[in-house]
Amino acid sequence: MRRPGKMAKSLGALAFWLGVWALLAWIVDRELLLPRPVTVARRLAALVVTAPFWRVTAVSLGRILLGAVLGAAGGVLTAAGTSRYRFLDAVLSPLLSVIRSTPVASFILLVLIWVGRDILPCVIVFLMVLPVVWGNVSTGVAATDRQLLEMARVYRFGRWQTVRRVYAPSVGPYLLSACHTSLGLAWKAGVAAEVLTVPALSVGRQLFEAKLYMDTAGLFGWTAVVVLCSLVLEKLFTALIRRLGRRRMLGGTEI
Amino acid sequence: MIAFERVCLAYGEKTVLRDMDLSVPAGAHIALTGPSGCGKTTVLALTAGLLRPTAGAVRVDARRIAYAFQEARLLPWRTAAENVNAVLGDSAATMDRARSWLEAVGLADAAELLPRELSGGMRQRVNLARALAYEGDLLLLDEPLKELDPDRRDSVLALLREHSAGRTLLLATHDPSEIDALAAVYVYRDGAFRQA
Repeated sequence: MRRPGKMAKSLGALAFWLGVWALLAWIVDRELLLPRPVTVARRLAALVVTAPFWRVTAVSLGRILLGAVLGAAGGVLTAAGTSRYRFLDAVLSPLLSVIRSTPVASFILLVLIWVGRDILPCVIVFLMVLPVVWGNVSTGVAATDRQLLEMARVYRFGRWQTVRRVYAPSVGPYLLSACHTSLGLAWKAGVAAEVLTVPALSVGRQLFEAKLYMDTAGLFGWTAVVVLCSLVLEKLFTALIRRLGRRRMLGGTEI
Repeated sequence: MIAFERVCLAYGEKTVLRDMDLSVPAGAHIALTGPSGCGKTTVLALTAGLLRPTAGAVRVDARRIAYAFQEARLLPWRTAAENVNAVLGDSAATMDRARSWLEAVGLADAAELLPRELSGGMRQRVNLARALAYEGDLLLLDEPLKELDPDRRDSVLALLREHSAGRTLLLATHDPSEIDALAAVYVYRDGAFRQA
């Protein structure tokens, strides 16, 4: 549980930046350029009571999470393959390095040629998450204690039991760290893809339309939704890790 | 049971074993002794199949090999009891057996502790309990009493003597008391292990 002191510090920081925002908005004095916090709060309050808001947010969230889960699973499988077979590593490593260093905007425009706009954000998130998870899991596999693997061989643990008893707890912290990093990345890349491709039900479309109709308060409001979703996901993920860590399923390591 | 035929082993340019012959009949108890770095642990690792000779052949006729490593090599995320139970099938049904082995090495109260909560000597006893619990027909012991307190050594030595009976035993040690209690001796002399 968060300590009261830490909570007060966070709230204090939040109040400080809201104050800075309010001051700047007061100086600028043009809602179209920089709306006041209270205007954005009113706009957000008006949004959240509508059914489309929840539908749009849920569809975007589902799409991005699906891409992230598939990317994480793909990253783990790829890492397992490249760690086990050198030729696979030689073949896939350059490709994965290219994916990792290609700008997300290039990917969005390229992938749009091949897939429909409704699933494009999911594909983009998959492509963003996979190399991160692959890289971290490969490092975890390489860092697994050789002496424990020898012990597993002598006592004939078998392949599955060696994975379960030795590799999984060793690699767990690396995987969690990758997932933690990927979560923020996935959300940002997914919404960016939605903004560029404007699928029917998406937060990205709402951001795009708010910008198109110069609804600056709406733009801020939807951005706040993106930030809140990202924070909630991160908190849920951290809670899940703590729970798993308590059960010592992940080597007892916290991220 | 164990046969080394002109076995050579080198790490890069460093030769550890050169043309080593060793024959250990089933049920025999053999101790390898000699200065640090002469290849005692290497012989055990070759026997366990963890290393391959650079030249020559190693033949081991054993159904199950139990190995008490020089370093305890415990799974850090599992308790002492779970570490022993891991070689017994890892089921709830075998947990009592795992605990009784820990009790035999004087660690009944430490069964639920993680390796990081144990002293070096306690970890070594879990390592021994795991090797004995596995009930291998070939028992490899690498400096088994090295980190044990003097008052604990005799009881563990007695336990080892009791449970190595009827099994083939290969022991790497510096300690004369272990040799006297457990095994016939091969000493490292003039670049090779020779029967004393």
